[in-house]
Amino acid sequence: MTRILRLTLNGRARADAVADNLLLIDYLRDAARLTSVKQGCDGGECGACLVLVDGSPRPACITLAAQCEGAKVETLEGLSGPGGALSPLQRAFHERLGAQCGFCTPGMVVSATALLRKTKRPDEGAIRAALEGNLCRCTGYVKIIDAVQTAAAEMAADQTAEAAG
Amino acid sequence: MTEALADFTLHRPESLESLAILRRAVPEARLIAGGTDLLPNLRRGLVDAPALIDLTALPDFAEIEPLAQGALRLGAGLRLADLARAPELAGPRQAVAEAARGVAGPAHRNAATLGGNLCQDTRCLYYNQSDWWRAANGYCLKYRGDTCHVAPQGKRCRAAFASDLAAPLIALGAEVALAGPVGERRLPLADLYRDDGADHLALAPGEVLIAVHLPPFAGLSAYEKARQRRAIDFPIAGVGAALARVTGGWRLSLAVTGTDSRPVAIAGIDDALDLPLSDDMLARIDKAVQKQVTPMRSTMISSHYRRLAASALARRLAQRLAEQARDAR
Ligand SMILES: Cc1cc2nc3c(=O)[nH]c(=O)nc-3n(C[C@H](O)[C@H](O)[C@H](O)COP(=O)(O)OP(=O)(O)OC[C@H]3O[C@@H](n4cnc5c(N)ncnc54)[C@H](O)[C@@H]3O)c2cc1C
Ligand code: FES
Ligand code: FES
Repeated sequence: MTRILRLTLNGRARADAVADNLLLIDYLRDAARLTSVKQGCDGGECGACLVLVDGSPRPACITLAAQCEGAKVETLEGLSGPGGALSPLQRAFHERLGAQCGFCTPGMVVSATALLRKTKRPDEGAIRAALEGNLCRCTGYVKIIDAVQTAAAEMAADQTAEAAG
Repeated sequence: MTEALADFTLHRPESLESLAILRRAVPEARLIAGGTDLLPNLRRGLVDAPALIDLTALPDFAEIEPLAQGALRLGAGLRLADLARAPELAGPRQAVAEAARGVAGPAHRNAATLGGNLCQDTRCLYYNQSDWWRAANGYCLKYRGDTCHVAPQGKRCRAAFASDLAAPLIALGAEVALAGPVGERRLPLADLYRDDGADHLALAPGEVLIAVHLPPFAGLSAYEKARQRRAIDFPIAGVGAALARVTGGWRLSLAVTGTDSRPVAIAGIDDALDLPLSDDMLARIDKAVQKQVTPMRSTMISSHYRRLAASALARRLAQRLAEQARDAR
């Protein structure tokens, strides 16, 4: 069956005709052309496809598009800065060498975004716990944790400056 | 694009009445909640599903409700991420929250439900594989084949049931509420399961798990699982333990998951115990677990290791709960 799926995607309302058996990952990559959402495994194991659904990370490769009716969906494309500039998290992944081949990076940034929205200055344990479902073949994780800590510090400093200014 | 799923129609009933009507009208439909177990299986061609019924819009399906005398009702649609941080599960029944926290990864837990966890499929090295892998190796008893590759002499499927939540809930004496064509019934959770990896649920046709009921409980509980990595992985063995005050001493309940085609409630350790637990008693617990679980070669981990992991976890949890109970007095 086909239905009209209505959702908010990266802040914009959308309506698309989707088949009931369409996976969210295919909807995002092929219908919405949001190719930051990666297929890294054959279903549910790696975290490369994570997106935010109503603010919480969800694996898009084992979610039906139709299950997101009325939801707010965010992908990495919606998490970058104004005009496509790098967000503090993206910049920190770049500068602290948290990305090598980059295939896991969108999922990592999605998990880290959900964490930093809830916890301004997470300790290393909290970062490890938030990223425990994201696999990386390249970095060995240490630089990824460093990147999240760096971004958290920078974002907290910006907020303090904003509050003072 | 990923390989498309076989075609199906998705229904989303908003009341138990419309669910019942749908189940009569589309008896071949499969239920889906979070989809974190069903969708990987659909993707691998392990399940035939001409129609899916999404349970997540049912009313009161995701509620935690305190009942009289400290009993608790957990709606089957509760997300594991919510169970993990529920204040109702922070005290004596913390084993349930501990188990929820240990399921899969954080993103799965945002979607995964309690009912889906308890009704998840059994797992096996020869089953949770792509279609080409299974076709090349020869299909197995659980799907399209006629031999169990784990125990070719045997007559039944030896896939293992690996729900983390089942173990602590059974140790805490949980019952399940099932809604079906002939109304609602209650069943001890342990009786929801059968010792057959290809047919492990005792749900009648058309039945849905709607809630888990926990009886009043004033003791201590804990859950621990052994797994290859500290996240994402299913339990090689998982043990739920509950220690309750009874007349004349303490009673220990243990249930093991991940080793057999059903969760195993450990028998023969229910006499009133004195604290601290003697070395003899701990050895008896260890032995009881080793005797009663029957892991087979259904995972990459040897069955002997899984047996030892189960008994070691049981012994460790028993000792830890006994020490906590003594310190609390
Ligand atoms: C990488 C990965 C790791 C995992 N690790 C673990 C783990 O460590 N421990 C663990 O326990 N699980 C694990 N899982 C399996 C799964 O994520 C969980 O068991 C989850 O709780 C399933 O819930 P769900 O709501 O997503 O179930 P669904 O996939 O929606 O449903 C699972 C099954 O239960 C049936 N069902 C669902 N709800 C009901 C109901 N109310 N009444 C009757 N039948 C119902 C469905 O028809 C289906 O057959 C893992 C999965 C993945 C992909
Ligand atoms: S692609 Fe690997 S978890 Fe989704
Ligand atoms: S940077 Fe290559 S997988 Fe993580």
